[in-house]
Amino acid sequence: MAIDPGTLLTIVLMALATYATRAGGLWLASRFDLSERAGAWLDQIPGAILVSLVAPAILMGGPVEVLAALAVVIVSLRTGSLPAAMVTGVGTVLALRALETNLL
Amino acid sequence: MQENTSGTEGRITFTLAGALAGARRCVPIAISGCGIGLVFGTLAGQTGLGTAEAALMSALVFSGAAQFVVLGLWAAPLPVATIVLATLVVGLRHLLMGAALGPVFSKLPRLKAYGSVFFMADENWALTMGEFAKGRRDAAFLVGGGLLMFLAWTGSTFAGGALGGVVEDPSRWGLDFAFTAVFLALIMGMWKGRSNILPWTVAAAVAVAAHHWLPGQWYILLGGLAGSFAGVVRRGH
Repeated sequence: MAIDPGTLLTIVLMALATYATRAGGLWLASRFDLSERAGAWLDQIPGAILVSLVAPAILMGGPVEVLAALAVVIVSLRTGSLPAAMVTGVGTVLALRALETNLL
Repeated sequence: MQENTSGTEGRITFTLAGALAGARRCVPIAISGCGIGLVFGTLAGQTGLGTAEAALMSALVFSGAAQFVVLGLWAAPLPVATIVLATLVVGLRHLLMGAALGPVFSKLPRLKAYGSVFFMADENWALTMGEFAKGRRDAAFLVGGGLLMFLAWTGSTFAGGALGGVVEDPSRWGLDFAFTAVFLALIMGMWKGRSNILPWTVAAAVAVAAHHWLPGQWYILLGGLAGSFAGVVRRGH
């Protein structure tokens, strides 16, 4: 359970770097009086980031990921439930991957 | 900021009830986070990090993306500068996410605001933005979800290191798709109409291209920037 000093230093520096990015955006946004245009830009960020997070995983994944994504979209539109969407996604991916391995 | 105060409908609060609501919404995310934490703890052990060291990293850094990236760089002697730089680059998306929290969080007392952002991860941030979009403005929602994820992430990292080799390949359990599914469901909730089509298409196209041609996590930042700018430009017409 010993912690190596060099490792500890590296981890602390990583922690500082990550915290700086977490605090930095808030600091910048609260530093300036935001124009209406800047506010409109901030409103666009969540959707754009979320789409960027998922697009490569789905579009560059393959038929399994695309079908699972479709299933998630349908379930979340029908139920609006996050757990249901997650279980659907994981379940569909597992089932289709099993099918794929058994067919090939 | 006075002009902006009137534009923010509803009072901004920071309550225990808000934190509990945030934690409750994050339960399924924390459960799949435990699976990923087990993987991280296991791989960290194979890379030569001790169980206590891996758990300490999860507690202090609290960023799955950054931690998995640096595992690939972990070697003796430790390339400290490379590791810290990689952490910084992976974290750059937080700048955008933190800025999006700005209109609400800049109205909180400083200690609460800057203490809260330590617990800002992709998932609880996205849920919090969804809450704000619905007009509910309890900033503690972020911390509640974040604390639960923090406990799950740190605890499961420790368990993964201590048990060793429980889960090595997340795709075998479909865990790699758990967060994709959660993010997709959140995107559905953010759909406001046809005005979303252009910025989201731009975000997806840039993210896919960046993922293909650039190393690491640049695709999140670049897609987010391109998509959000496309949304503003479109609004200007």
